This record gives sequence, structure tokens and C-alpha cells, in this order.
Amino acid sequence: MPKVTYIDVDGTRYDCEVASGLSVMEGAVNNGVPGILAICGGSCACSTCHAYIDENWTARVGPPNDIEDATLDLANDRKPNSRLTCQIQVTDALDGLVVHVAKND
Amino acid sequence: MGPIVIVGAGQAGLQVAESLRKGGYEGALTLAGEERHPPYQRPPLSKKYLAGDFADERLYFRPLAHYAKLDVALALATRVAAIDRAGSRVLLADGTALPYEGLALTTGARVRPLPVPGGDLPGVCYLRGLDDAQRLQARLAAARRVVVIGGGFIGLEVAATARAQGCEVHVVEALERLMARVMPPLLSEFFANLHRARGVELHLATGVDAIVDTSPGLTVRLAGGAALPTDLVVAGIGVLPNQELAQAAGLDCAHGIVVDEFARTSDPRIVAAGDCTLHRNLRYARPHRLESVQNAVDQAKVAAATLLGKPQAYADLPWFWSDQYEVKLQMAGLSDGHDGYVLRGAPDPAGFSVFYFAAGRLVAVHSLNKPGDHMLARRLLASETPVTPAQAADVSFDLKTLLAA
Repeated sequence: MPKVTYIDVDGTRYDCEVASGLSVMEGAVNNGVPGILAICGGSCACSTCHAYIDENWTARVGPPNDIEDATLDLANDRKPNSRLTCQIQVTDALDGLVVHVAKND
Repeated sequence: MGPIVIVGAGQAGLQVAESLRKGGYEGALTLAGEERHPPYQRPPLSKKYLAGDFADERLYFRPLAHYAKLDVALALATRVAAIDRAGSRVLLADGTALPYEGLALTTGARVRPLPVPGGDLPGVCYLRGLDDAQRLQARLAAARRVVVIGGGFIGLEVAATARAQGCEVHVVEALERLMARVMPPLLSEFFANLHRARGVELHLATGVDAIVDTSPGLTVRLAGGAALPTDLVVAGIGVLPNQELAQAAGLDCAHGIVVDEFARTSDPRIVAAGDCTLHRNLRYARPHRLESVQNAVDQAKVAAATLLGKPQAYADLPWFWSDQYEVKLQMAGLSDGHDGYVLRGAPDPAGFSVFYFAAGRLVAVHSLNKPGDHMLARRLLASETPVTPAQAADVSFDLKTLLAA
């Protein structure tokens, strides 16, 4: 099963196994990672699953699509490596992914 | 302080619990829900989940272990029989009494039953909870013909899903246009065309006289005499707020449990949030009852703050969404009371928005396949940034510049 590492706003590291096909957001929620709120449940409507992709992974994860790009404008402190984790599907190619949870409220 | 009891384990109930803990509440906390499922997302029930490509666990907001970690006593399949305000106790149907110092009612809403003969036949489905969705999903998979009664969000989302599965679909709507309560004629027409183009037969301004058991199928008898033979009937004609507990306890109720801008009921120790409330929002002169994720979450935060003794008035901007086929409809603000609107973009599926004004002030924006407009509208409306109809209608004018100013 692919591994995803989440680093929360306090710097705490969560090494998680996330089944292929789930989103990076679902992996966080299932493993109780604080700060990934996902109040819209992954419909790309709220921006509360915002995270920063670790710089070693931005190329492989890729950029947001138009809908996500617009939704990210609602997020706190958007940066070039900002993504909504509900829009990233976990695959074997992303085994080892590291994301930094943003300040979501 | 404590204990605190939350009645209703939906999205609002979960949010009250999480906000209480986040706000530093360390006392006893019970989250009681009538359903057998832990708090779960409802929006996918009429969309992805119904289409069958979504496991139950993916609907759950949190894994069960989360509740233990949060030190929340999650009481599922638990019906609350009464609120004993004099004794500060919640009485469960099994006879147990839960004492409270603070009480939150997040009881949600239930479907309005079809008020016609045959409305309670086993082949007539409703869609509100996960159990409903499971039943409907199974029946839909076996159905060739579906009649949807009610041309609102839920009915139309179900119609779109049923069409995508290859069913022959009829939608019967009593009013003369779709989503008439929340949409102007222009958008009703847009969606009517969309559904017709996908092969849905619409029966507008048409009442239902009865549903008749014509085994193995059903027959929907329409006012005016026509009859629609079908395998499955799905009714989506609105919801009723679950206010009976509050009412029986003597709390003020109208069409919803009446709460002020601090989510307080007429008893200051009892708050309420979500679909069940007729509530005040500082943005609006009139009270509203809203069925939405946004209201469940934001009002629940207000309710929790009140219980924590750090009241903050409810002033969040309402927003909603609906998915039908590949059209994503997103709504920001409330359009009731608008006295005019302008279009931004041509009304075709490539994407456009409708900007609603009241006395020259922007009050709401409906966007179709225009997520950029929607997100921008939320920021413009939330910050009450002045926008003129001319600016809104001019696609060459970048509305973002208004925010920066």
C-alpha cells in the first residue's frame, strides 16, 4: 500500500498507509491527521483540506485543474505548492508522498 | 463545566463536538444519533454514492477511533424521547437519563411524505439518510423505468444519476418550472433543457393524484388523467425540520427550532444548529431555515462558542452546490428578495453566472460550470465589496480587481 507522510502545522509527522484510489484527503481523515477538515467531503467546494506539497514531490503530483485552482483562492495563505488534498488520488506512483498541512479553519 | 449532550449525529452535531474540544472544553461529551451510522456526508447520497461507486466507509467523516481520541461518547442507534428541562436531563427511549449542563440540538430534517394515496407503497423511495440511499441504490440497479416526483435539487440529482445508469426517467413537478423556489425562470429553463436533452421527460405544472400498485410495477396517476407505468418512484418534495423534541420541551418553534444569532433557543442553556433551525444571521433581516453543509458547519461553530461562554454572532455567507450530469451549480449568498439580475457570460453549458442584486447591492451569485466566478463571488459577498450590475455583466472586466482595491 502506498505510504503518505503528513506533517501538521505543529510539525508532527504522520506516516500513513493509504490505499490506492483514495484521495490524499481521505488518507488524512482515516488516520486522524489534524487540520485536514474536508467539510465538503471532497467535492472541491470548501478548501479546508488545503496542504502544501513537499518540494520533492510537486512535479510528480502536478498542478491543480481549473476548478481546484479557483477553489484554492479561498484557502488561507496560498502558495505555489498549494493543493487541495481531496483532488489528489493516491497511486503507486505517489508512494512516499510528503505533504505539509496548511492552517485550515 | 459539563456535561454537554448533543442530540443528532449529523454534520452539525459532529462539528459542535469538535469545536467544543478545540475550544478547550474538557468535560463529558455525548453525541447521540438515531441512525446506526457514525456521522457521514449526505451530499454524495444523491450523486456519487447513488451511482454505486462509493463505499459506505468513504462517507464517514471520521473513523470510529477518532471519537475515542476526542473523548466523545458516540451513542448510535439511540433515540431521544424527551428533554426534561426542569431536571436538566435528556431522556433516552431506553429509559436512560443523561444529565446536561449544556445541550445542543442538531436533529436535522426528515423527508416530507407524499400526501397522495399510495405514497407509502414499498416501491416508493425517499432519499435522506444512508439507509434510504442503500435501498434506492439497490432498486435503481434493478429498475428500467423511474418516475421522480419533485423537480428540486434532490429529485433532479437522482434523475441525472438514473439517466446515467440507462433508466427511462420521468420527472413530475407540481410547479410550472424546476427549482422554482430558489431559481429564476432563466435557470429553471436552462436545467429543463439540460434534462430534456439527456432524455428525461418533464411533466411540469403537474400534480400527482395517486400511486397504484400494478405489480410487478407501479403506476403514477397524474392530475389530468395521464398514467405513468414505472418500476420505481422516487419522491423528493422537500423536508420537514425535526423540531418535535424541542416543541415538546416548550422551546419556541416555527418552521424550525427558533434560534438567535448565537444559536440560542428560547432556553439559554440549549443551542441548536443546522437544518433543524429557523435562525438569525447578521447578514439578513429575516430568519432563514437552510439545508446545507455550510449552515451545518458554520452554525455549529457558533453554537459551540455559545456553550463555551464565548459567544460570536452568526454572520457567515451561505453557499450551496448541486451536481447534475456534468453541470456543477454553485450558489453563493441568498437570492430571495432580489429585484434584478444580470448574466455574466452566455447561458450555455460552457459556463456562466447569474449575479442577483437588491436595491443595487449584490446579494447572491449562481454559477454554472464557473467555479472561478463562484469562489470570487464568495469573497465579494463575504466582504460586502460593492459590485455594480454593469461590472458583473462585463466579462472583460476582472472582478478580482475589486477585491484588491
